[in-house]
Amino acid sequence: MKVGIIQFPGTNCEYDTQYAFTSLGCETQILWHKEESIPNGTDLVVVAGGFSYGDYLRSGAIAKMSPIMKALKVYVQNGGKVLGICNGFQVLTEAGLLPGALKRNEGLHFISTHHHLKVINNDNDFLRHCAVNQVVNIPIAHHDGNFYIDEEGLQELYANNQVLLKYTDAEGNIDNPNGSVDSIAGICNKTKNVFGLMPHPERAMESLLGSNDGRAMLEGFIHA
Amino acid sequence: MKAIVSVFLKNGVLDSQGKAVQHALVHHGFESVQDVRVGKQIIIKMDEPDAAAAKEKVAHMCEELLANTVIEDYEIEIQA
Repeated sequence: MKVGIIQFPGTNCEYDTQYAFTSLGCETQILWHKEESIPNGTDLVVVAGGFSYGDYLRSGAIAKMSPIMKALKVYVQNGGKVLGICNGFQVLTEAGLLPGALKRNEGLHFISTHHHLKVINNDNDFLRHCAVNQVVNIPIAHHDGNFYIDEEGLQELYANNQVLLKYTDAEGNIDNPNGSVDSIAGICNKTKNVFGLMPHPERAMESLLGSNDGRAMLEGFIHA
Repeated sequence: MKAIVSVFLKNGVLDSQGKAVQHALVHHGFESVQDVRVGKQIIIKMDEPDAAAAKEKVAHMCEELLANTVIEDYEIEIQA
């Protein structure tokens, strides 16, 4: 299993992501954003978290203009799998690879905390090792995590089982930290090869550090 | 040619910053304030003598980068 991890100026979760996938037995490679192709044989590309281009203009907006994004679009068209975490999710929505947009948190604060999430759909390569309605404990750390999509787009997400995760409390009751539409924390595209979420599963790999619930999530990409 | 681009959240998309500013103003005694919307202004200097051509190019810039049309509207003013 070969994982490519995209690095823009300002990305800061690429090495956590590398640690996570290395500890799951994957071969990993950091891909600088000026690259014009995705290496042959790459099984998964992760757009890692951070503050690409300092979040200037809008989170993820300038990153979508980077050379590697053209290559990523071709990779996706050919069925390649992509995971965007936090800023990576913002980049994928800005690039039009995922629907909707991420706005400023409703309470206007940067939120950095562990938060519970409920698995809504698991019929996909990402969450197939998690059970529907399973509650996981995953860190969130974002200022612009308020997921927005119009009513029509939202109905389409539900109709195609594209809603992956919602913010909840430990019992699985909706607990919305940032104002996201329907408390949505993660989605995928229609063809279920592009995934995006604001929480950081790569930061939940060791129970010593608060949670290892991220392992089961990321393992979905590795073992059928 | 100078282009002044204003970018605002669409009507119907909650503007949390605008609401926060509105509450601050009202609590500060400016009770006649009814609504506040916070946006950005982007000023672009261009080597483009034709106003119509400049506007068309800037509109393209807005669609490509300056605005996220999923949540934002934009207005373009061209100044000589």
